[in-house]
Order: sequence, then structure tokens, then C-alpha cells
Amino acid sequence: MKIYIPTPLRVYTGKQDAVDVEAKTVGEALTQLTTLHPELRKQLYSDDGKLRSFVNIYLNDEDVRYLPEKDTTTVTDADALSIIPSIAGGTGRPGNRASRLLSVAPD
Amino acid sequence: MLRLTAAIYEAMRTHGEETYPHECCGVLLGRSDGGVNTVEAAVRAANTRTDSAHNRYSIAPQELIKIQREGREHGWDIVGFYHSHPDHPAHWSSTDFAEAHWLGCSYVITSVAGSVARQTNSFLLTGSSEEAKSLEVEGIQITGKAPEYAEAEEALRSVPA
Repeated sequence: MKIYIPTPLRVYTGKQDAVDVEAKTVGEALTQLTTLHPELRKQLYSDDGKLRSFVNIYLNDEDVRYLPEKDTTTVTDADALSIIPSIAGGTGRPGNRASRLLSVAPD
Repeated sequence: MLRLTAAIYEAMRTHGEETYPHECCGVLLGRSDGGVNTVEAAVRAANTRTDSAHNRYSIAPQELIKIQREGREHGWDIVGFYHSHPDHPAHWSSTDFAEAHWLGCSYVITSVAGSVARQTNSFLLTGSSEEAKSLEVEGIQITGKAPEYAEAEEALRSVPA
């Protein structure tokens, strides 16, 4: 099966955008990936061995975290795993909207 | 350095005007080479932070996978992201920094005031790991015909305060 590597992590896979592995489960596939490319491990997992909170692993179009069998979910060669770091942000400024409304309020 | 066409530049800014007072967001597809992120397409994405869309944005991973898949068909990668800051400067916030994880990608921010796009800046997420990352200002090279709004912006700048 293929594991698609996002642009920021390709520095650890010899610039490959996808890595082929032979595995029966999601967990096996990820273990193979980090065995082939050991430096990926600390990018994907925290020191306690858990997947970092901002790293998403998708089996085809499904978030592995929400699959009933999670990383023991069986896979075939036709499946694909995608590693997708999260993307979010914003001003984060509390009351931003309120200040906007105040700024247009009549004197 | 971020390189993109005037049409793409304008499309990002227009998106921010359309979603005002909410934040817009999108994905930049293209090629990364020698420290230059060249954008071939800007793809609009839905802001999933409907609970706080005026000061937060988030793109669903599923949508990112779909966009990434479409990009692959053209030989493009994800090289950056864009979002707007309604009534806020075009500089990254602490939230932007904390939530930035795509090392080597460009993060474009447009400030929008009163439904009008103002400043647009790009920041490159540098560093070798999550623990050693930083967002640094990078130049924006706009190729192609200058859009009309550039003249309008210049006119605005010339108006005395």
C-alpha cells in the first residue's frame, strides 16, 4: 500500500512523496514506514509514543482515530494512508468582533 | 520567496473580502524549489471554525487530502496556505504560530478592514522540527499583469490621514 508523505516530512523520506509498504494493518504500515525512515518517528510521535495531536492519519478518506479498530484496522494494497498535519490559526483575539462593531458605532 | 500570479494574489484577497467579518482560508498548490514556493493555484477551503469564524480558521484534513489529491494530478504539491485577518494586522498571531505545522510552506495573511483587503504578507515556516520552528517574513513576487486593485490601493495610500 502507499503512504502519502506531506511536503514538510519529505526531507525525512529522501524527498519521496509516497512510500510503498507491505502491511496487513494500519499500525504495521506505520511501523514499516518509521523503520524505513527512522527520523520520521519523532516527527510523528511524542516521547510517550502517542501520535502527536496535530498529526492526522487518514486511511483513504477516514480518520484512523475514529475507525472502530483504529491502528489495528486491516488494509490491502489498494488502500492508501495519508499523513496530514493540521492547518488552523486565526487572530485568536477575543472580542475581535465586538471591537469591530464598536468601531462602526455612531458617536 | 513566494511567487504567484496577479490573478492568484487577487483571488486570495477577494476571498477575504467575501467572507468578512469572518476569516477565509485556502490552500496554495504549486512547486517548491530552492527556497521559492511557486503557486500554480489557490484553492478555497471551508473554514470549519463556524463557532468562532471571526477570529479563527481551520481546514478539515479530509478537505486537505482532497485538495492534495487534485494537486497530484497536475504534478503540484501543497506549498502554502492563506487566510484573512478581519480588522487585524497582516501579521501572524500566537494562534497562527502555535497551529503552524507545515515546515517549508508559506503562510499568507491578508488584513481586511470594512470588507476591503488591505495588506497581504507572507511568512515562511522555517526550522527542522516542531520544537525549532519559526515564521519568517518572506518576499512576494507577483508575476503577470498588475491587477487594478493595486492602483486603487496606491490611491488610498495617497489620501492624507
